[in-house]
Amino acid sequence: MNRTLVLVLGVVVAALALIAPFYLYPVMLMTIMCFVIFACSFNLLLGYTGLLCFGHAMFFGGSAYFTGYLLKTTWLSTELAILAGAAASGVLGLFIGSLSIKRTGIQFAMITLAFSQFVFFILLQSAFTGGEDGMQGIPRNPLLGFIEVRDNTTYYFFILTLTVLLVLLYYRVIHSPFGEVLRAVRDNEQRVESLGFRPERVKLIAFVISASMAGMAGGMKATVYQFATLTDASWAVSGEVIVMTLLGGLGTLTGPIFGAGIIIWLNEQLAGFGEWALITQGIILLVVLVFFRRGFVGELGALWRFVARRSGKTA
Amino acid sequence: MFENLSTQLLFGQLLLGLINGSFYAMLSMGLAIIFGLMNVVNFAHGAQYMLGAFVAWLLLNYLGIGYWPALVIAPLVVAVFGMGIERLLLRRLQNLDHLYGLLATYALALVIEGLIRNQYGSTGMPYENPLPGGMNLGFMFVPYYRLWVVAFSLVVCIGTWLVIEHTKLGAYLRAANEKPQIVETFGINVPRMITLTYGFGVGLAALSGVLAAPIYQVSPSMGSNLIIVVFAVVVIGGMGSIAGAAIAGYLLGAIEGLTKVIYPEGSSLVIFLFMIVALYLRPGGLISAKESN
Repeated sequence: MNRTLVLVLGVVVAALALIAPFYLYPVMLMTIMCFVIFACSFNLLLGYTGLLCFGHAMFFGGSAYFTGYLLKTTWLSTELAILAGAAASGVLGLFIGSLSIKRTGIQFAMITLAFSQFVFFILLQSAFTGGEDGMQGIPRNPLLGFIEVRDNTTYYFFILTLTVLLVLLYYRVIHSPFGEVLRAVRDNEQRVESLGFRPERVKLIAFVISASMAGMAGGMKATVYQFATLTDASWAVSGEVIVMTLLGGLGTLTGPIFGAGIIIWLNEQLAGFGEWALITQGIILLVVLVFFRRGFVGELGALWRFVARRSGKTA
Repeated sequence: MFENLSTQLLFGQLLLGLINGSFYAMLSMGLAIIFGLMNVVNFAHGAQYMLGAFVAWLLLNYLGIGYWPALVIAPLVVAVFGMGIERLLLRRLQNLDHLYGLLATYALALVIEGLIRNQYGSTGMPYENPLPGGMNLGFMFVPYYRLWVVAFSLVVCIGTWLVIEHTKLGAYLRAANEKPQIVETFGINVPRMITLTYGFGVGLAALSGVLAAPIYQVSPSMGSNLIIVVFAVVVIGGMGSIAGAAIAGYLLGAIEGLTKVIYPEGSSLVIFLFMIVALYLRPGGLISAKESN
């Protein structure tokens, strides 16, 4: 794609993002952005490093509680609480990653799932989380100590800024030399090792980055809804982020953005129809796995290249 | 803490733990068999366990077919369903990364569980105990049905292990796992063997579901709550080691039961703690670590 097209698209998206909260429900838009970050963090692992973490909700949900607890009990401003949630998530990721990163492929998936259930039970039984009722009434303490953000439209712009910054940061990580090593580990771990890198350490660093990013997303969601629930840490959410990423396109920059948007929108539409939200997710995942393994953005890109090649031939 | 710990309570919880352990053992064995031949971690195992219990419940309530015939019919029905899934879905993914099998069976579990929940609601439905009563051993009371579950699951696990380790059929299975092309040159239909093996593993899950129906209530979520614990059991027992999976199942069930007596809050965590310790000590699992040495 040429530069001007990207620029034009960028300007259009930016303009849409700025006027969106005046036409659409800001809370839904903010939810989508939280899940965009969450899905990006997941994509960093599965799409770029080849690690399937089947328990990513432990970072998301765990940090939602941690951020909420900080905001409820201290005078910490909202942005610092979210950062603290991300940092705590990174520490949890370091612990879990260092225990499980040696196992590969499918075992890694099962182990991370089991770990997330472990975290779930701890959250269920801890006094500070409010158990089955969840943590209610999380305040949005003023940003930097003086900017009030109780209004949802105001808060939308804060979440938007945060999301843009995080996606840019994520872009930098993927397109850095470190990102190249990640992809190399995904494609051929032995070769990377023979070149003098330490694949396990590289994977662990990716895992910690991903965990803190997922934690950031969780903290953001807790402040958007002003409550945290056990659902955020459940295996259903771990599965949801997988569906989002695969639907959008594994290992693509914009894939998780589309995936998160589509799934959150679907959840909203199907909220009143019993289990249909989950059933639809299952069906979408099956269809993607069998027919469109490159996902939405991946297939579009393939189509684009196909058309470009065809037109190049005829011209 | 220990003075009010009566033998009654201790053995009661130990028995309950062994019951849970029986289910862990049968489910993790089925998972290990499927994984051993197909390299698929069958996430739908919990949903198939739940389907077993549901088919038994439907047979009883709509056709008047009782527990004992259901113990045979329900696993067969679910196994046929499983073989259909293998033919239509898993076969298309078998040459890809093993993660695709895990994700596809996860998606399947979502759909199955969601459909059942839509149809029958999420509350549990009771299933009548076919073996009421029990015997008093002096130090504790043992319900007949629980005794039956533990004994029957032991027979199933040992029988399965004998078939796979000591018969010609089992030898084919193990060989097809190692070198499918060579086994095919001996005139063995490997794709059919894979279908039947998946059916067998799924049938084993459904059989556990029928066994569980009179003890726990029949509910759509009965499988998904269990399957993650079973994953941890499989990780501890060693992937692909069916004996390891079964032994770890009984042991961890018993340990979970004992934890309920000593420290009730920890009982839902203890298996995961064991997994952490196992990961730390033995990167390959209990049994397979021994074999690889």
